[in-house]
Amino acid sequence: MNTTIAWITARGLFGRRRFLLLLPLPLILVGMAWLGSSIGHADDFAGPVLVGIGVAVVLPLIALIVGTGVLGSEIDDGTIVHILTKPVPRWKIVLSKLVVAFGVSAVVVAAAMFAAGAITDGVRFGLAFAAAAAVGALAYSALFLALSLLTRRPVLLGLLYVTIWEGLLGNFVSGTKVLSVQQYVVSLADRLAASDLVTGSVSVPVAAIMSTVFTVVGTWFAINRLRLFSVAGETS
Amino acid sequence: MSNVDLKGVSRWYGNVVAVNDVTMSLGQGVTGLLGPNGAGKTTLLHMMAGFLAPSRGSVTLDGVPTWANPAIYRKLGLVSEREAAHGFLSGWEFVHASAKLHGLADPRAKAKRALELVEMTDAQDRRLSTYSKGMRQRIRVAAALVHDPAVLLLDEPFNGMDPRQRMHMMSLLHDLGARGRTVLFSSHILEEVEQVSGTVQVIVAGRLAASGDFRTIRRLMTHRPHVFAIQSDDDRRLAVALMESPSVAGVWLGTDGVTVHAGDYGTFTRELPRIALARGIRVRRLIPSDESLESVFSYLVTA
Repeated sequence: MNTTIAWITARGLFGRRRFLLLLPLPLILVGMAWLGSSIGHADDFAGPVLVGIGVAVVLPLIALIVGTGVLGSEIDDGTIVHILTKPVPRWKIVLSKLVVAFGVSAVVVAAAMFAAGAITDGVRFGLAFAAAAAVGALAYSALFLALSLLTRRPVLLGLLYVTIWEGLLGNFVSGTKVLSVQQYVVSLADRLAASDLVTGSVSVPVAAIMSTVFTVVGTWFAINRLRLFSVAGETS
Repeated sequence: MSNVDLKGVSRWYGNVVAVNDVTMSLGQGVTGLLGPNGAGKTTLLHMMAGFLAPSRGSVTLDGVPTWANPAIYRKLGLVSEREAAHGFLSGWEFVHASAKLHGLADPRAKAKRALELVEMTDAQDRRLSTYSKGMRQRIRVAAALVHDPAVLLLDEPFNGMDPRQRMHMMSLLHDLGARGRTVLFSSHILEEVEQVSGTVQVIVAGRLAASGDFRTIRRLMTHRPHVFAIQSDDDRRLAVALMESPSVAGVWLGTDGVTVHAGDYGTFTRELPRIALARGIRVRRLIPSDESLESVFSYLVTA
């Protein structure tokens, strides 16, 4: 962890216009929960709102915007060279980026999840979703950080993972759920909330272990890729 | 004092060979890396700076391979060609952050000194995104110099600079070289290199075409005269006057101007205004018509 890199990363993140995209999503989530609670019963809207919007859309999208913004955009515009021409171990660079990505997305998503959950079914429900979303934010951040170093189009690949793998296949092919961060978050939230309003489809140990695997493997992969980071020759 | 050594270095991308069996050694002083666009200068610089693995051969800094070795940046500074910089930071923040990332003892003092070196103190509180191209280039040089590296690599450092900034950067590089630093800068403009350094490495199509003292190489090129196309208000009188100058080897008078073969680029371009002024001839256009380094270099390679 290097505070200077974390500081530059955070400045870059908040300085970009793309960051404004973070604002409407949590508002929609909280707004939908409020709308649901004012006209319907928690049994009817808890699943669609907290899982369908919160876990399946708001969490991955915010993690994607932030996770690819901390490193992918620097690789994209070439400013990463300024960070890399310093005698800083590569793992410190990756960890600094991960901490910022996780911190920002976790705070934004957990706050929205807590508010939406608390409106739906009380404080414990809100806290459960906030905590589970934070775990999900960590796994997603590591994944999208790794994608930033795997491809020149991390946003596209990340979107494909979220929409096709988690969104589409996750609903039809049950085996894919074991590799779906979204499912881990639902299972963890289900367990922490101890409520019947949502039910996870993977077991809690699997969710815990696989979230850790995503985080560790993603981070490890990113460190190794950054260690061998090449700048291509004359691109113009 | 530090040395950068390349031994039998090649680099290819798929079927394309960007750098072909280059062996060179860079010691203290300023060296110009000269070559036409696409010759492989940037690839070579990236390998020296540890941003690219050589496909074959070795690139070392004081005996240590530069590839995948962040420790080399304690001794090495790089100013890359892409003028990317964190636009949301101010000049001071950018250079100060570089000093901190290097783990320097007194980052504030080091950043201040680097900013003074490139004369960017006045603009240090403005964001990089508001800088002109030349200013951004200078602030990136400051960031690369902040730890006073033994080796400084610059890729096309004079791009986008106005003549005054160019002069200043040239004298800065010159001073660094005189103080025992190893400075390498790339350029595709012959005259730039001539003014800053005596030693050049000429790269053509990925190969090292010539290396050593510039004047020696230049002498090899003199039986290939420089060609200029000139238009004036009295071409015939100008042609006569030019023929008297020893720097001119031949004059050809056409319908749309004078074509001059000059033996020496510098002498002729200094002479021409003097001649025109003395005769009261107004020169409307002066175009060096075989400035293409490609042809000069290919001549060098085949020689």
